[in-house]
Amino acid sequence: MSRIDTSVNIAGVVLKNPVMTASGTFGSGEEYSEFVDLNKLGAVVTKGVANVPWPGNPTPRVAETSSGMLNAIGLQNPGMEVFIKRDIPFLKKFDTKIIVNVCGRSEEDYCQVVERLADEDVDLLEINISCPNVKEGGIAFGQDPKAVEHITSELKKRARQPIIMKLSPNVTDITVMAKAAEAGGADALSLINTLTGMKIDIHKRAFALANRTGGLSGPAIKPVAVRMVYQAANAVKLPVIGMGGIATAEDAIEFILAGATGVSVGTANFFNPTATEEVVSGIEAYMEKYGVDKITDLIGAVR
Amino acid sequence: MAEKFREDSEIISQECIGTDIYSMWLKTDKIARAAVPGQFISVYSRDGSRLLPRPISICETDKEKGALRIVYRIAGAGTREFSKYHRGIKLSILGPLGNGFPLERAGEGKKAFLIGGGIGIPPIVELSKQIGGVRQIIAGYRDEVFLAEELKQNGSLYIATEDGSCGTCGTVIDAIKENGLDADVIYACGPTPMLRALKSFAQERGIECWLSLEERMACGVGACLGCVCQSTEVDGHSHVHNKRVCKDGPVFLSTEVEL
Repeated sequence: MSRIDTSVNIAGVVLKNPVMTASGTFGSGEEYSEFVDLNKLGAVVTKGVANVPWPGNPTPRVAETSSGMLNAIGLQNPGMEVFIKRDIPFLKKFDTKIIVNVCGRSEEDYCQVVERLADEDVDLLEINISCPNVKEGGIAFGQDPKAVEHITSELKKRARQPIIMKLSPNVTDITVMAKAAEAGGADALSLINTLTGMKIDIHKRAFALANRTGGLSGPAIKPVAVRMVYQAANAVKLPVIGMGGIATAEDAIEFILAGATGVSVGTANFFNPTATEEVVSGIEAYMEKYGVDKITDLIGAVR
Repeated sequence: MAEKFREDSEIISQECIGTDIYSMWLKTDKIARAAVPGQFISVYSRDGSRLLPRPISICETDKEKGALRIVYRIAGAGTREFSKYHRGIKLSILGPLGNGFPLERAGEGKKAFLIGGGIGIPPIVELSKQIGGVRQIIAGYRDEVFLAEELKQNGSLYIATEDGSCGTCGTVIDAIKENGLDADVIYACGPTPMLRALKSFAQERGIECWLSLEERMACGVGACLGCVCQSTEVDGHSHVHNKRVCKDGPVFLSTEVEL
């Protein structure tokens, strides 16, 4: 296995392999460290961190759909101070990169978190401008190209670490948003966040989620995600982190061939707690099988 | 923290024990041996279109044989799928999950109520086997009675049915009152209205009360924050008022949670 090179470079940060966790599905790694050796992952992407604790939405917050699930957690999180004191030291115990997902209700919220993290030992920041489950902030910043460019440039001015803008699929043309983030000075892009969906319980004649709508994730959305990653990767010069329904190494390779430099495993963690590690070993096996020396040779290889 | 295991467990037996209620014994070395009463397992569907594990409470364990029993109701496509499987089929399960009932709060010289309502009755079976002191088991049903034979073996059993077809006509609290029972500690699992009533019943009488909650879950291990309940105190994870049913619970002190 030593012959192959699985490392990738995202905005100057070298990851030992392209496999990371999708924000919100892996906490800050602690819960899944019982099942997964975090040292084997390219990076851990944390649950969204805001400036202050957020209580999230009422329950029920999750519902299953065919080959997917809806969630409307509402970005419950302990806020940046607890995160810095508790979660960063935990993650520093492992040989993996730390990517902090940053969320906010207003521009000031995002700025505060980015500034507070400036002197912390984390590798990259992922800016969540695409959560469909909070009333203010989140997706409101991610559906208008002017807003995307503006917030990207404001955060880029303040951030000490490279910033990844996380894009929403709930837009007419993903390339417009990708270009807006690039124009604002983003160092990388990640996509896709969840697709807004709804489920109705016909027996109770009520919404399955207390929030009425939720974000659809899981294998059901993978073809949409592959298409958008392909479009975005071909529209900008930035590295793209692809996600949306990745459960196996085959899924991950599909995203890489479409143009992704990194790949995130999300909902799959819920039905296979060891999915991330299996994706890492599966990618290595694929490279061995096809005689691929460097994983970078696969990025965007299908055009 | 107790260790969790992922196992491909073989179905030893399965039978229908009531309308849409099934009892399944699974061969599972590690999980059965590690489990304590009140914990649950995540059962994964064999159909790839159903992603999320079904959280099902452990009804009984046989530590010598390395086996555990689940008793569940068909609530949707996932549990319907499980109900069709027979001996020899393998199911992927994860567990034991959650905290379980604190057995040490009962014991010698203490009287306990072990209360189950509907499909919350199964975990009371193992609890009644392992707990010390005086065991007064109160089981509430809508109409059809199940698991009564098992419960009878481990304590004095009082039954309440909503339609009055067996035991007290009414709720578990009606059964407590009708039989003039009292206790030093309460352990309960069942539907939220029952737990809510027990919470205020315990508060009025000044009885320590442990409740096992249910909520829609995704991960089952505390990562996704899907299954929170409202807690009176600030929670240890997010520092808000949301305890995770799957990880901080499912068993909570009644004064810890808002129902």
